[in-house]
Amino acid sequence: MLEIKDLHATVDGKEILRGLSLSIKAGEVHAIMGPNGSGKSTLSYVLAGRDGYAVTKGEVLYRGKNLLAMEPEVRAAEGVFLAFQYPVEIPGVSNTTFLKHALNAVRKHRGESELDAMQFVKLLRETMKKLGMSEEMLKRAVNVGFSGGEKKRNEVLQMALLKPAFAVLDETDSGLDIDALKVVSDGVNSLRAPDRAMLVITHYQRLLDYIVPDHVHVLAKGRIVRSGDKSLALELEKSGYAAFAKEAA
Amino acid sequence: MAVTTETREQVKALDKYKYGFVTDIEMETAPKGLDEDTVRFISAKKNEPAWMLEWRLKAFRHWLGMKEPSWAKVSYPPIDFQNAYYYAAPKKKPTVKSLDEVDPELLETYKKLGIPLAEQERLAGVAVDAVFDSVSVATTYKGKLEKMGIIFCSISEAMQKHPELVRQYIGTVVPYTDNFYATLNSAVFSDGSFVYVPKGVRCPMELSTYFRINASETGQFERTLIIADAGSYVSYLEGCTAPMRDENQLHAAVVELVALDDAEIKYSTVQNWYPGDENGKGGIYNFVTKRGACRGRNSKISWTQVETGSAITWKYPSCILQGDNSQGEFYSVAITNNYQQADTGTKMIHLGKNTRSRIISKGISAGHAQNTYRGLVRMGPRAEGARNYTQCDSLLIGDKCGAHTVPYIESKNRSARVEHEATTSKISDDQLFYCRQRGLSEEDAVSLIVNGFCKDVLQELPMEFAVEAQKLVAISLEGSVG
Repeated sequence: MLEIKDLHATVDGKEILRGLSLSIKAGEVHAIMGPNGSGKSTLSYVLAGRDGYAVTKGEVLYRGKNLLAMEPEVRAAEGVFLAFQYPVEIPGVSNTTFLKHALNAVRKHRGESELDAMQFVKLLRETMKKLGMSEEMLKRAVNVGFSGGEKKRNEVLQMALLKPAFAVLDETDSGLDIDALKVVSDGVNSLRAPDRAMLVITHYQRLLDYIVPDHVHVLAKGRIVRSGDKSLALELEKSGYAAFAKEAA
Repeated sequence: MAVTTETREQVKALDKYKYGFVTDIEMETAPKGLDEDTVRFISAKKNEPAWMLEWRLKAFRHWLGMKEPSWAKVSYPPIDFQNAYYYAAPKKKPTVKSLDEVDPELLETYKKLGIPLAEQERLAGVAVDAVFDSVSVATTYKGKLEKMGIIFCSISEAMQKHPELVRQYIGTVVPYTDNFYATLNSAVFSDGSFVYVPKGVRCPMELSTYFRINASETGQFERTLIIADAGSYVSYLEGCTAPMRDENQLHAAVVELVALDDAEIKYSTVQNWYPGDENGKGGIYNFVTKRGACRGRNSKISWTQVETGSAITWKYPSCILQGDNSQGEFYSVAITNNYQQADTGTKMIHLGKNTRSRIISKGISAGHAQNTYRGLVRMGPRAEGARNYTQCDSLLIGDKCGAHTVPYIESKNRSARVEHEATTSKISDDQLFYCRQRGLSEEDAVSLIVNGFCKDVLQELPMEFAVEAQKLVAISLEGSVG
């Protein structure tokens, strides 16, 4: 599904990713853990194609295609989804309107017919029911006045609607209390599928109790220094990142 | 309603300015230039009563001694008022009796404009009085309105059939001495709409005029007069387009509204005159005086405008809140792109007790454009308990444009309350990236964000206008990012 080879990337001229390689197969959930400043968020932005993140070396193949050559909206339409650490507020645009525009843009790219208002609302209701979400947040403007938990749930809702092939969850646990964490994790787990891969980026092991990964990687100073199964996360929780940081040096 | 995607396709298909076609119809024009004979010519053409000609001539003589206003934040080369035609009418003058008699080429033009002039194609519930250059060519729905005693016709026709009403009200809200452009209009106005809604009648449909400047080098000077008698209600829509031409064209309209006791007038405009090309060549000078008088107790006048066109917009739809408890509202979206300039806002003059006004202005500036909100709120000495709320928001796209807010507040009554809020923001990279990550193109993202920014105003528009306005917002900002 995704093949990252020797990826180097700079932000404002400073090298943040320094030879990152990672291979993710369909159906797998990978977790990337690492201390602040290790390059976790940079990785998510590079994969999603944000301006200002310059790839200086290496390549990323997504379903055999050169991901880095695509515009952000093309990546999205091709099935790459980023659940934001800090979801952005868009005043005046109702959540429903936003979701409908997004879904129809993606459907159009995929050669599917656009949904009319009735079809869309039906799909939206079904999806929210499955995720156990209240429809109240649809009427509000995108992320405006949402609590931390609501914002993250809104990200999961978008993911459920857009049905990406590859989803990156950037610190989805940040700012969540334990109840909200559970709701969000349940949502994410319900989206696990044999044809879908996920990359879960997190600072804390806690999230991985709820979203159990197939593989865990430790990121330090811009490259992956250790890979293992979920027991690696527990080991990390005990020993801290310091030992790994040394390995990266 | 995939408005944004639909719009992109439309824009591609239409090659920028959808309305930039010229209709080849033989025109009858007044001789070029402006003097008393021009004024007499126009008045004679329209077979006007003598008092009307006298009024026009007074205006013209007054105008000769006036100077163009220079306080607005707009710049343009001097206008040569002698180098223009002041009257242009299609030669095969269509009679108003039946739509079948209307020049098919005209009907074709309206089709291109998307106005369903033919009765069977009409928008449900919209009566259209179309002004093509200077003569009103056809009026739909007249019969139904007549039964209710509502008069909706061209102002020329009103002058023939209801001269007493015209004489009683014309110039009472915007006097012929008012300002340079309004005075010019008073002298040479060629046509416009007239509406009278009798006591206690609620007009059952939206009344609509579609203005269009077709002939080259003609100024268009419409004059519209709307009177809502005691306890009546009317909603009026005005849409404007003009063909693409290299030279600048002047449009100096006057709109007067009168609301008597307990009456309400809602006036909505979507202005999409040709804005000039991306280098600022050509385009309409839109120098318009719009004013409403809330003469009666508990009367209400509400202006809603979406201004996306014109090279220069100079326009301050205002309310004189004379009657106690009367209300004025002004909702505005002004979008400027490329080299467009807009200096627009409102005046709320509170004279009566407990008068209320509400101003919501959204200015969007892109390219090299300059967008100014200029608004006056005046609380007179008698305006006990009057209240005003003003909110002015500006949105900038790119770093070469400007947004300016110039509020004037005068209060001569201690019990009056005036609130003013203003914000200026930019579309953030975070917002754009978030939208693009969800599959929206950059242009669709901008259009979505801007429509969200304008929502408070757009939702004041009647339904069929709101959809059109959303599309216009997207078209106007075409090419403003990337």
